[in-house]
Amino acid sequence: MTVDLDALLAILAMAVATIATRIGGLILIRYVTIGENQKRALEAIPPAVLMAVIAPTALVTGPSETIAAAATAVAATRLPLLASVAIGVISVALLRQVLGGAW
Amino acid sequence: MQVRSAFQEFRAAAIAMTPLIVAVMPIGLVFGAVAAAKGLTPAEVTLMSALVFAGGSQFVAMDIWTHPASWAALGFSALLVNIRHVLMSASIGSKLDSFSGPARYASMLLLADEIWAMAEMRASNGKLTPAWYAGLAVPFYCAWVLTSLTGAMLGALLGDPKLIGLDFAFPAVFIILVMGFWKGRETGAVLAASACAAVVTHQLLPGVWYIAAGAAAGVVVAVLSGGRKEAHA
Repeated sequence: MTVDLDALLAILAMAVATIATRIGGLILIRYVTIGENQKRALEAIPPAVLMAVIAPTALVTGPSETIAAAATAVAATRLPLLASVAIGVISVALLRQVLGGAW
Repeated sequence: MQVRSAFQEFRAAAIAMTPLIVAVMPIGLVFGAVAAAKGLTPAEVTLMSALVFAGGSQFVAMDIWTHPASWAALGFSALLVNIRHVLMSASIGSKLDSFSGPARYASMLLLADEIWAMAEMRASNGKLTPAWYAGLAVPFYCAWVLTSLTGAMLGALLGDPKLIGLDFAFPAVFIILVMGFWKGRETGAVLAASACAAVVTHQLLPGVWYIAAGAAAGVVVAVLSGGRKEAHA
């Protein structure tokens, strides 16, 4: 059970950043009135960030990942979260067997 | 109306939270296993889950984790991925009337997506008390930390997560979350801009700049398309 110093620093940096976002809203509503443009920008942040995170994996890693990503997205429109995750994981594993993967 | 004790409030909230606790357990196990495969020790995995407690950013961190770890890159990416918390705490922050000043800030330390959603629901059809919030947050937090640790210890036994597709679990979760944010064509424009900017930046620059580039492109498109709609209205 060891903790590397660089890893500890990185974890603390993540914790500080995350805590700042969690109390940020409390501070925001005390001092700032949010107008239409600010609201629109804030609302776009979650999908924009999530899409940016998955785009390289989903679009330019290989056909297995792209097809599995599409299957997951379709599953998400009608199945609960865990079932959709299972479909994504199982389909990427099978596709990598069949197509060969970028791994 | 009968006033319920704090313990009864806590217990009722914990029972309401049970399905979400069950759902987060496999995700915690996968996170621990992925982190162990990345070379993190069980102590490091547990520390991260206990101090950061934000699954999305923890999975992204595993994507960009290096040896030695870069605190600047990891802190920056956690800030970007978790910036949505600002909106969530701004929203729930106006519904914490029965919380003392320090309790408001303390409660926000455990503001995860699932806890936030359940707290909003309680505030909309009842009274959100500190005991109720604790009943939502504390068991969920414990489940996340303990399953991360378990996953990290079992992870070494599981071997390469890619063989059974487990490395795809988090991209899959993100894809599902993105679908949940869909609100029509404007969301499509945001997603397309974000994806294009992220892919291009990913090809050109090392590190996590692709996340910043995609987020910025999506936000710019959202503001521009909103401004255009107002001009036409």
